[in-house]
Amino acid sequence: MSKILLFIQQDQGKLNQASLAALTAAQEISFKHESAEILGICLGAGAKNVVSEIATYGLANIYYSENSIFDKYIASNYAKACVQIMQKNDCKYLIASATTTGKDFLPLVAVKLSAGQASDITGVNPDKSFRRPVYAGNALADVQITTDKKIITVRGSSFDLAKSVGGSSQLEDFSPDFQPSTSVTVLEYQIPENSRPELTEAKIIVSGGRGVGTSANFEKLIFPLADKLNAAVGASRAVVDAGEVPNDWQVGQTGKIVAPNLYIAIGLSGAIQHLAGMKDSKVIVAINKDAEAPIFEVADYGIVGDLFQIVPELTQKINLL
Amino acid sequence: MKVLVPVKSVLDYAAKIKVKPDGSGIEKDGIKQIVNPFDEIAVEEALRLKTAGKISEITVVGIGPEEVTTQLRYAMAMGADQAILIKSLNAVDSDLAARAITEVFKKGSYQLILMGKQAIDSDSGQTPQLLAGYLEIPHASFASKVELSADKVKVTREVDGGFEVVESSLPAIVSTDLRLNEPRYAPLPGIMKAKTKPLEIIELHSLVNDLTEKVKVIKYHSPEARKAGRLVSSVDELISALKNEAKVI
Ligand SMILES: Cc1cc2nc3c(=O)[nH]c(=O)nc-3n(C[C@H](O)[C@H](O)[C@H](O)COP(=O)(O)OP(=O)(O)OC[C@H]3O[C@@H](n4cnc5c(N)ncnc54)[C@H](O)[C@@H]3O)c2cc1C
Ligand SMILES: Nc1ncnc2c1ncn2[C@@H]1O[C@H](COP(=O)(O)O)[C@@H](O)[C@H]1O
Repeated sequence: MSKILLFIQQDQGKLNQASLAALTAAQEISFKHESAEILGICLGAGAKNVVSEIATYGLANIYYSENSIFDKYIASNYAKACVQIMQKNDCKYLIASATTTGKDFLPLVAVKLSAGQASDITGVNPDKSFRRPVYAGNALADVQITTDKKIITVRGSSFDLAKSVGGSSQLEDFSPDFQPSTSVTVLEYQIPENSRPELTEAKIIVSGGRGVGTSANFEKLIFPLADKLNAAVGASRAVVDAGEVPNDWQVGQTGKIVAPNLYIAIGLSGAIQHLAGMKDSKVIVAINKDAEAPIFEVADYGIVGDLFQIVPELTQKINLL
Repeated sequence: MKVLVPVKSVLDYAAKIKVKPDGSGIEKDGIKQIVNPFDEIAVEEALRLKTAGKISEITVVGIGPEEVTTQLRYAMAMGADQAILIKSLNAVDSDLAARAITEVFKKGSYQLILMGKQAIDSDSGQTPQLLAGYLEIPHASFASKVELSADKVKVTREVDGGFEVVESSLPAIVSTDLRLNEPRYAPLPGIMKAKTKPLEIIELHSLVNDLTEKVKVIKYHSPEARKAGRLVSSVDELISALKNEAKVI
């Protein structure tokens, strides 16, 4: 039976939920392409906690290491650890979610194993190919990885999160068998406090564009609505570039890809690159004063009007529910 | 210090993209080719580093058919010193691109590769890291700030949740994110000057032996269109629709 290695991403003992979407993709490969055993690897301080949490998800073995070389993310160390475990078990696949971490280090593994990589897959096709969006999602490509070993990053929003199935994986503390990199040092790692849900995990997203304009307006209009709805806050590139909101909030082709139950687009025009990041949302609401704005072409419900009037009214009335 | 900037020619990001009816590719007729926006940012960064006296020479390299010369000339019109075209009539995946750039890098004495984090056509985002793998040199991806000194480079990276600052020895690869800079337009005198700047053409097969792609596209599809929605005339109507119809709040 072939083996698939799943990269289980965690930060300080907290499982990155997108890894559970990657697990679903791994299960689909096993189901549709070739029956396979799924192994896991989890790295860094807090890994032990995370692997015990994910031990009931049907993986066979899960390898973890809290060795201090993994405390800070260094691409080559993470890549070498995956290569080590893949070689030890003769794994055919490496699968990770397409987070900035997964995107960053998987190609290093691909080179080491002479493997082809399909990035950001949104589907596992029955004919052994994978589906992935190209041209900002304006086309979908079915791609075949022609090498024996295969590397895959998974678009989290396109797969359901895997569920616990009971039982228990065999957990194995492993020691890295390589010299850690000395060429890259992490000087600073800044993740601002965010009391709202993660963009990629939120059920509801309230997103603002140039029409909202400033951080002060985000605070005055967008945050209160988001907080009412327990929603995450997103933004278009225009406001991120202007430095009004953190770049981590950018939704789109080159930002976060999201598919919440409800996406409320406020004062953003709906450029192709923005749509690429949110058009798979279940329900889209657009609030824009320009009836011709392309966002209305993808919106399920649209209101044409001034956001400075509509948004406070919406926030207030949702309050009354 | 010499810097290498890979430049991909892609379809204009503002164009409407259509899949050919038989799914064999994308309709390209009548659509302008441009420098991949992220590579334009990489060229701009190289130019700024040169103005600051940190680097001496900028070479841009593109892979593709003869027509890619237009985008290489554009990069030279922005200010790059010289260009290399690796000629190939067939498609190259990220892996083959990385293997070709690897050979170019080895022939020069470059200390830095600046390049886009992703090509906006394939959206694959692999080539910079694959290059790092092939060349066995460090990389820092998704840069929003680059500080170069004689023997190292400090890079601010845009990562999920925030940012990270890393320092790397040289030679290194830095891939650019959108916030790094705002590229200049090629000035008119630059466009004239670019016509006479050196452009070397190398056949892809003389650079790499194995021309097989590790990832092949077998078919393209058009994404399903969303079904048409409707305009509502009041906030009350919107709330009621979200509650009773869509049942999302
Ligand atoms: C390579 C590349 C990658 C990109 N990646 C991304 C990406 O990942 N994400 C992204 O978002 N963009 C991306 N872009 C940028 C994208 O092309 C657009 O420029 C951007 O999305 C526009 O942002 P916006 O809709 O907020 O601004 P605009 O297009 O200026 O739209 C503002 C909207 O607000 C409306 N408005 C103004 N005032 C009011 C008011 N008082 N009440 C109601 N409505 C109002 C206007 O009618 C208008 O429709 C990318 C571009 C490139 C070239
Ligand atoms: N055919 C090519 N010619 C030149 N550069 C390329 C080519 N393909 C990829 N690249 C470089 O690799 C980056 C990332 O591309 P990709 O990995 O395909 O998304 C691009 O921004 C370019 O700098």
